[in-house]
Amino acid sequence: MTLRPDPTFHASPRLAMDAPQEAYCYTLLLSADPSKPDALAVVDLNPKSPTYSQVVHTLEMPFKGDEFHHFGWNACSSALSPLSAHAFVERRYLIIPGLRSSRIYVVDTRPHPTQAKIHRIIESSEVLRETGYSRTHTVHCGPEGVYIGALGGTGANGMGGPPGLFLMDCQSLDIIGRWEKEQGPQRMYYDFWWNLPRDYMVASEWGLPIQFESGLVKDDLLNNRYGHHLHFWGLRSRRHLQAIDLGANYQMVLEVRPAHDPSKEYGFAGVVINTATLEGSVWTWWREGGRFHAKKTISIPAEPCPNDRLPEILKGFGAVPPLLADLALSMDDRLLFVSCWGTGEVRQYDVSDPWRPVLVSQLWLGGIARRTRHPNGKSFPGGPQMLELSLDGKRIYWTNSFYSTWDDQFYPGGVSGIQVMAHVRGRGLEYAKDFWVTAPDGYRAHQIHLEGGDCSTDSFCYPST
Amino acid sequence: MVGMDWTVAGLWGVVALSGVYHGANPAMGWPLAVSAALMDRTPSSLASAFWPLAVGHFLAMLVVVLPFALVVSLVEWKFQIRIAAALTVMTFGVYRLLMPRHPRALSRIPPSQLGLWSFMAALAHGAGLMILPIYLGICTSDTLTPGHEAARRLLETHLALAGFVSAVHTLTMVLTGGLMAWLAYRYLGLSFIARSWFNLDAVWASSLIAVGALSLFLTLLG
Repeated sequence: MTLRPDPTFHASPRLAMDAPQEAYCYTLLLSADPSKPDALAVVDLNPKSPTYSQVVHTLEMPFKGDEFHHFGWNACSSALSPLSAHAFVERRYLIIPGLRSSRIYVVDTRPHPTQAKIHRIIESSEVLRETGYSRTHTVHCGPEGVYIGALGGTGANGMGGPPGLFLMDCQSLDIIGRWEKEQGPQRMYYDFWWNLPRDYMVASEWGLPIQFESGLVKDDLLNNRYGHHLHFWGLRSRRHLQAIDLGANYQMVLEVRPAHDPSKEYGFAGVVINTATLEGSVWTWWREGGRFHAKKTISIPAEPCPNDRLPEILKGFGAVPPLLADLALSMDDRLLFVSCWGTGEVRQYDVSDPWRPVLVSQLWLGGIARRTRHPNGKSFPGGPQMLELSLDGKRIYWTNSFYSTWDDQFYPGGVSGIQVMAHVRGRGLEYAKDFWVTAPDGYRAHQIHLEGGDCSTDSFCYPST
Repeated sequence: MVGMDWTVAGLWGVVALSGVYHGANPAMGWPLAVSAALMDRTPSSLASAFWPLAVGHFLAMLVVVLPFALVVSLVEWKFQIRIAAALTVMTFGVYRLLMPRHPRALSRIPPSQLGLWSFMAALAHGAGLMILPIYLGICTSDTLTPGHEAARRLLETHLALAGFVSAVHTLTMVLTGGLMAWLAYRYLGLSFIARSWFNLDAVWASSLIAVGALSLFLTLLG
């Protein structure tokens, strides 16, 4: 507990944009070799530092087989509402769930990022006992503490019961229990986020544990058995409000990005692939007249490619699907960045009108067929995957791994961990030629979080003025 | 009644000041009024947000003070009642000092139910307890209860006083909170919320202990 609110908490997205430039980031490292544990890398982002663009600290976990994917902070700007009743908690602990192991690591980032150390480990048996959930994934800090999304239920394969959310106390870091008051119809999970004052949450669907743990199940994909719904929940009532079916062809609804400004009642969601056209798509969802609506507003086409240049999983498709992976929305809600892990591109859209996005610029890097090299001459394994945008919207970082078994299917040549960065200029994206982070040997890189908050962490109780 | 003496005037002053104290504290809700005005893009939402905040706070005062208003009419027990009230307030202060966490139920109240939130927040912080010894001090002051008033008349006076003390406290609370909200909304901007927010948990708990101790001391002395 502190005497003043944590200086990295901002009342509005507008104020968050004026925060000091990030000096470090935390990047999750996934071990491709199952005999080695996963790790957390701390990367120096200060361009004036002699160790700029290098991993300056690696924290290896004591256990193996966790499959690090997403993670989050114990607290963020959402604490600045009297309603949340914990204004003096600090942004200090990283909550890192193992997606395969359901084990949760709590990492203390004090006194300095380069001294990050394990504070606590919550075993999967405890998670399962307290919540009935497994396959822990998305982490968000909010009014009731830390919300953790789980992609699986009980049982050996996580199929004995529905997936869902559970709560962790943001100060004691104990697991509180299931979040839902009523289970509702959601049977698959991926991402979730919310609008705090409007009191609703939106959640997405990837697939069941057996549909992703051993790799993409082609038959399930071609038969449209992955998730294709958006779900809306009451944030405090903890009840399911509405489901929207985007259409059976729209397979795997991943990231949801509500407008940061809580006075705006819309947001975006990304769909990996359309099984009829192979396109990737972004949907704009909004609330109007008490109901939620969704409309496809961005469509990114597949690129034709001879079958002999495609990996086994795509043979017969005759094209490389974009495999739309991640979205990043700038704090001013004007720019939306989209990563396409298959074709190997990052696109920047102007979404000032959220129903009519305009493509501003795009950068190519890696990709199944193109294999575009970085301007520094090096080849980029895999394709752009997890994005992270700085609070001021001027720097966008990304890594290249999707999920261990999926990496092996789509990029059989290997996906050694790389993190790059591009400057967001007035006319579009421009590579930072001197920024190229290589993960330690044998590691792949997944989600990135910036030291003092970023565009996928903080949520706000007050609109921008 | 020969008019208030200085002690009673001082006690009323404390009632008003405690309202200022509660109103200025962001934890009692003024930032929510700023948020409402900005969300709706009209300053009238700032004023309308203070209605439920005030009603909730007023009821949280009343729910603590009223039971004491009923029993303090038993004139022969007023010494014991004042001691009991002082000890209750001190105990709650010590509890808040040792257990500064807020009940999680507070964060489960939807933003649309500001009145309920305000009531629960004031109750959880012991806002009503803080004015209880002051209220009892006014009730049992010699100018008000010379000792030979009819019991029924005394009860009416005490009930009216409970409402009046709660109202004066809530009024200064709303005026102060409203001023803070207006300044943040109109002139100082949202950064004022984080800048003006101090962790008052320890100070607040200490205030409860101090009010209780002072009341205990005065009761024993008088």
